Amino acid sequence: MAAHLMAAQVLTHTRPGESAVFWVVGTLSVLAALGVVFSKNAVHAALALAGVMVSLAIFYAMQDAPFLAVVQVVVYAGAVMSLFLFVVMLIGVDSSDSLVETIRGQRLATGFFGVAFVALLVGVIGHTISHASAVGLASANAGGNVQAVARLIFTTYFWPFEIISALLIIAAMGAMVLAHRERTVPRPTQPELMRARFREGHPSAPHSGPGVFAAGDAADRPALLPTGAPDDASVYGELSGHRPVGDGSRENTP
Amino acid sequence: MNPANYLVLAAILFTIGAVGVLIRRNAIVVFMCIELMLNAANLTLVTFSRLRGALDGQVIAFFVMVVAAAEVVVGLAIIVTIFRTRRSASVDDANLLKY
Repeated sequence: MAAHLMAAQVLTHTRPGESAVFWVVGTLSVLAALGVVFSKNAVHAALALAGVMVSLAIFYAMQDAPFLAVVQVVVYAGAVMSLFLFVVMLIGVDSSDSLVETIRGQRLATGFFGVAFVALLVGVIGHTISHASAVGLASANAGGNVQAVARLIFTTYFWPFEIISALLIIAAMGAMVLAHRERTVPRPTQPELMRARFREGHPSAPHSGPGVFAAGDAADRPALLPTGAPDDASVYGELSGHRPVGDGSRENTP
Repeated sequence: MNPANYLVLAAILFTIGAVGVLIRRNAIVVFMCIELMLNAANLTLVTFSRLRGALDGQVIAFFVMVVAAAEVVVGLAIIVTIFRTRRSASVDDANLLKY
């Protein structure tokens, strides 16, 4: 117990370099968190959230949790953020927020209660930590952080671990069921597609290119149909309706 | 620096996430703010793990990460399904259960 208390006395103040890293990365993480909330574009919000997650990974590494730091980068900044960006791209980047308040005065009340909540938490924690003592993880991490965490996971927390693995499988299947779209009509076959095209009156053969059977073969000269009428569909869209300099209307009539 | 300063930072991040959930209407951004709150809770767990000198907090933070990953998968699938039927990702538009 005495050794315990002595370690607590030693670790109340952290390593000298940690303070500087904490203030720099902490400021960055708060700015990035504000960016998540206040950026108009969902992609910018996702990038800011990735910044928060990477800075939290730095905090974990500083707090003697290298395993969690790596997991944070791999799972959060890697998998979860790419999933977020994927869905943002799927749904549309420009799905902007509506600026109409559905409940009147909600934003004002949210701001007020947010400031009050953070003041309450910071006040209580600040009051408590002024005489807090840290034990530190030097003895717990003596045989390596990964080994110590693994020992806990596979002994004390064995059943939660197993249940969480079942939860992961259930979640994956649930996502598959939710994202699966059932086909309500059978897929049309090729003959059915062909009959549908003819029923709508599409021509059976491709259109002729510009200038076929016409007096000239310029790109803006419409082809002539068997009836002798000019075929406007043979000319590229930008040029149709545009009459060439040497007026083609007379030459096009047979 | 007192290591418990991390707790203050986590409280600030949690509050920013909660404010974001309340004021944003885009379902994806609301979801990101929930992730922000989960991350702040994780930072609290890791800090308490260090303050108390026991690794249980780190193990539980690891479990929180796994549950958050599962939650993201299901939640984004729900958002995509709602977007498919309603052509909107706004939380105000999904009010069919109201009537």
